[in-house]
Amino acid sequence: MTTVPASWYAFLGVLLFTIGALGVLVRRNLIIMFMAIELMLNAVNLVFVAFARQQQTMDGQVMVFFVMTVAAAEAAVGLAIILAVFRNRETVNADEVNLLRW
Amino acid sequence: MAALTFPDVAWLPLLPLLVITGTTLLVLVADLFAEGPDYDALGWLGLIGLLLAVLTAVPLWNQSGTTLGGTLVLDRYGLFFTILFCVGSGLTVLLSMNYLETTDIRCGDYYTLILFSTIGMVLMATSLDLIVIFLGLEVMSVAAYALAGIWRTQVRSNEAALKYFILGAFASGFLLLGIALVFGATGETLLPRIGEVAAKGSAEQRLLLSVGAALLLVGFGFKVAAAPFHSWAPDVYEGAPTAVTAFMAAGIKAAAFAAFVRVFVDSLGPLAGDWRGALWFLAVLTMTVGNVSALVQRNIKRLLAYSSIAHAGYLLVGVVVGGESGSAALLFYLVVYTLMTLGAFGVVIALGRRGQPHEDLDDWAGVGLRSPFLGLAMTVFMLSLAGVPPLAGFMGKFYLFSAALEAGYVWLTVIAVVNSLVSVYYYVGVLVKMYMAEGGAEVETAAARPYLFATLVAALAGTLLLGLFPTPWFELARRSVESLAS
Repeated sequence: MTTVPASWYAFLGVLLFTIGALGVLVRRNLIIMFMAIELMLNAVNLVFVAFARQQQTMDGQVMVFFVMTVAAAEAAVGLAIILAVFRNRETVNADEVNLLRW
Repeated sequence: MAALTFPDVAWLPLLPLLVITGTTLLVLVADLFAEGPDYDALGWLGLIGLLLAVLTAVPLWNQSGTTLGGTLVLDRYGLFFTILFCVGSGLTVLLSMNYLETTDIRCGDYYTLILFSTIGMVLMATSLDLIVIFLGLEVMSVAAYALAGIWRTQVRSNEAALKYFILGAFASGFLLLGIALVFGATGETLLPRIGEVAAKGSAEQRLLLSVGAALLLVGFGFKVAAAPFHSWAPDVYEGAPTAVTAFMAAGIKAAAFAAFVRVFVDSLGPLAGDWRGALWFLAVLTMTVGNVSALVQRNIKRLLAYSSIAHAGYLLVGVVVGGESGSAALLFYLVVYTLMTLGAFGVVIALGRRGQPHEDLDDWAGVGLRSPFLGLAMTVFMLSLAGVPPLAGFMGKFYLFSAALEAGYVWLTVIAVVNSLVSVYYYVGVLVKMYMAEGGAEVETAAARPYLFATLVAALAGTLLLGLFPTPWFELARRSVESLAS
């Protein structure tokens, strides 16, 4: 049995968060950008669970449920908005959604 | 059958929130039975609920307490903002009734979403727990994303909603990571206990807490549209339906500041040495970027968007100063700002017609002469935003900048005053266009749109009242921040 310190999980969470944040900034496909945002939120979940383990408290694990709920609500509204854009513009490329100056 | 014991809940602090939530659900259900094309009845229902919420909030003024495990608090600070949000949302609803006629927005959901957003704002202002603040922020924001895109057939509205959503969710991620790191440092999400760790935790805890605070700063910075996190604001404000823009500029910004002050000034106050410098820089950058960019705008909604960025910069001065004087001045300025911004967007709506939004400044030529009332209203709002005495905007800036001066922020005050002087140029530019040019758009008489007229009169009265008799209102703001710890 190998043991892994809780802080390593926290670092992994921060690493995943960074990948997600870079994804939003670099990628131009709206669906991919949205997936990257989801990655950021779930990376934070990992950080919460790791810290909850480290602090020996359940609070951090409860928060994950709230974050998941919020992520689901955001997904519903976000995908609806992307769909509305696609209906009117026939594109999911962020660079082509440029009626207003970005 | 096993009986479940109902937990002990102190209901009193929840009362205004429950009234608004009940109203929202009622409007949501009533939408099923409402028949179009106008859904004014739903708007009136919402207005009555918001009024009731104010009436339940006022008698609670001398009460205090916490409920639901200390996550929600009843204090004057929360009540002050609850009342401000109800007034802001109420005026938006009133403004919208005449606005929606000129658009293709034909659904009762519009009013439901505004009320849902208001619930989120009240949660943000009355919560003592980072997770509840986050939930409030999301309830407010998700409703606002939908509102920005509610004109589904209009591409500009789609695009505004998209940009608002992507960058808003991006910012939420940073805020959430900040909360996670604060939790990692303290094992707590309750603000008072985080404050204790911030005051006398170990060096390691304070380091992690500072990194968390930096991420919270980024998250809140996005929400209040502070530079360099402001790039979404002009596009979203321009593309969203005008009544929604007014709501975003006034209500949502005020709610973000309510939570901002509660978290930073109140709870993370002991770490002020770490974040005050960054915030100082942010305040200077925000007001300068906002004012300089506003100088070259040709679209009135974009101009007001940059103006609102500049005002976020002035408001950040209040956060930098902190303490009782800074927070009180911030609260007073938020009231003033809400009234004059709603008023200015009200005039923009008054000039628009179906299919002709008249948002280009060239359409405004000569409007002041053809419609004296709209001319007068816009003059008062523009001069107030610019900070000309004796209007409310001047008193707000006076309290804010004198608090900064007393706390020893001489350079910050100088930069802020220079910025206000620059802003006079573009605000007066609008007035020059309205009075000294010719050939703009025709305007309807104000009587054709009674609700819009009522909103403008209310905003005008507020702007004049707070400018001419500011003392009792400032006293009210000062007593509201007494309940904050520092």
